[in-house]
Amino acid sequence: MNNKIIPAGSWVQIEATILAPAERADHLPEETKKCPLMLLTKGYLKKASSLGEEVTVTTIIGRDIKGKLVAVNPAYLHTFGRPIPELLTVGQELRDMISGGLKS
Amino acid sequence: MKSKSYTDVMSRRNEIMKQALGLDYSEFEGKGISFSYEDMMTKAGYSLEEIMEIQSETNVGNTPLIELKNLTSAARALAEPGKGARIFIKDEASNPSGSFKARRASVSCYYAKKNGYNGVVAATSGNYGAAVASQANMRNLKSIIVQELYDSHGVGQPEILEKGRKCEAYGAEVLQLTVGPELFYTFLLVLEETGFFNASLYTPFGIAGIETLGYEIVEEVRTRCSRDPDAVVITHAGGGNLTGTARGLIKAGSSDTRIIGASVDLSGLHMASDSDFNRKSFTTGHTGFGVPFTTWPDRADVPRNAARSLRYMDRYVTISQGEVFYITEALAQLEGLERGPAGNTSLTAAFAIAQEMNEDQVIVVQETEYTGAGKHVTAQLTFARENGIEIRRGNPSDQVPGKNIIIPENPGLISTTEMDMDNLRKSYIRNSLKHYNITADELSKEEIEFLAEEINKPDTFVRNILQEIK
Repeated sequence: MNNKIIPAGSWVQIEATILAPAERADHLPEETKKCPLMLLTKGYLKKASSLGEEVTVTTIIGRDIKGKLVAVNPAYLHTFGRPIPELLTVGQELRDMISGGLKS
Repeated sequence: MKSKSYTDVMSRRNEIMKQALGLDYSEFEGKGISFSYEDMMTKAGYSLEEIMEIQSETNVGNTPLIELKNLTSAARALAEPGKGARIFIKDEASNPSGSFKARRASVSCYYAKKNGYNGVVAATSGNYGAAVASQANMRNLKSIIVQELYDSHGVGQPEILEKGRKCEAYGAEVLQLTVGPELFYTFLLVLEETGFFNASLYTPFGIAGIETLGYEIVEEVRTRCSRDPDAVVITHAGGGNLTGTARGLIKAGSSDTRIIGASVDLSGLHMASDSDFNRKSFTTGHTGFGVPFTTWPDRADVPRNAARSLRYMDRYVTISQGEVFYITEALAQLEGLERGPAGNTSLTAAFAIAQEMNEDQVIVVQETEYTGAGKHVTAQLTFARENGIEIRRGNPSDQVPGKNIIIPENPGLISTTEMDMDNLRKSYIRNSLKHYNITADELSKEEIEFLAEEINKPDTFVRNILQEIK
């Protein structure tokens, strides 16, 4: 557990359990039903707290939401990934086909 | 204080919806299973002229229609002599939030503002979230977007992560959930707590907003090609894109245009499965939405769904994930247009269908969408590979969704698979009977006529199906 105090007013991410496994809807696949339904959202931390503590945040539009403090200003880390070797040659293949008028 | 338990909130569903839509759907209800669709679209919606005015206020629509000359040449190189229709694409990525969804959001936000709501809420993991947030800003409304994003290990689908980022960039409150249909429960709670407008994709506003797209296509094709579009291919999921575009085509007087729906084939993957969630590389435009919404539209988050695809669809085809990735790459490489993969589902189908059509015919792909980190061929395929999905060149007919992605060895292998329209129509009728707990014998003449309108077939067709079902 990280005991570092996160100052009030910090932009943070919280996590909350919306439905425990027993409260979930019927007719769900087993693998889904055994997990809780979780919510993640972001807001300004109301009171100085540590990671893992139950806190309240005020969202960007001004609503208060409670949950466990999980991250401080988390980064957007989704990327473009790597070039895909299977696709790299597609452009040239099509150009060759058009210029040659070839039927494949 | 009202109970927040799952069952209690779900049982308040109708009451919450009425408040959050400002619409009483009961006035459109008819006898038994029937309701007046056109009344709903007319009384609760707006005319085409009004929509054009609303959309011009927030810079939506009038997007370029681009002729894809090199892709047409490629299709012709593969087709029989004299075959290979001209392929055009409507560059909907040039809407303010990067997709045609701005059209739908524009009308919802206009209505919400006019009716005194302080904000709008949308339940969507797709481009619609950004569209609502963007249009809400222009109308000085707050916005909340509820997304299904993570599996139980906290791994987010890259495309939805990007859509969440974009919503936050517009200043929306973004609620991000793990996998499960109870997203609807959270959505209802938020509507109840905030009193905001339900900017559902499936209201008459959400559908009427797309009519301009169909209308613009006809106007443009007439000017440039001196004919009506012979076919329009529409990426099909919840049915709104297809319904709205088709209604717009009809309003422009282009009633002979073939309306073709196209979805990515994700058969075998369960949409509510935590473990299947990150094994798919398409988060929309796939059969996991397309088929259930076609055969039972009223599964939506409004009492009566304004998106009713069987009323308009002439043909429904599927295509594989690998084929869409191939064509997305081709669009960038041959046409210089780098666009998001999901929107290219209809382009992939059009590439194959153009080869069946004559050279002087016109086939229109009615959307593109923006691309970015996460929402890109390279991002999706990198993620798929990390999740153990096999990626290789080969014959797309060997694809198994969730196991492999097969990039066509050559473009001649790109082909569509036909969905049996009559089977879909039968399923729709079966679902109607089941939903209303009524037998075929108990249906009145009016109800049979209603079913016939719903599936765009004569009464006799419905009667024959009812005989079969008995």
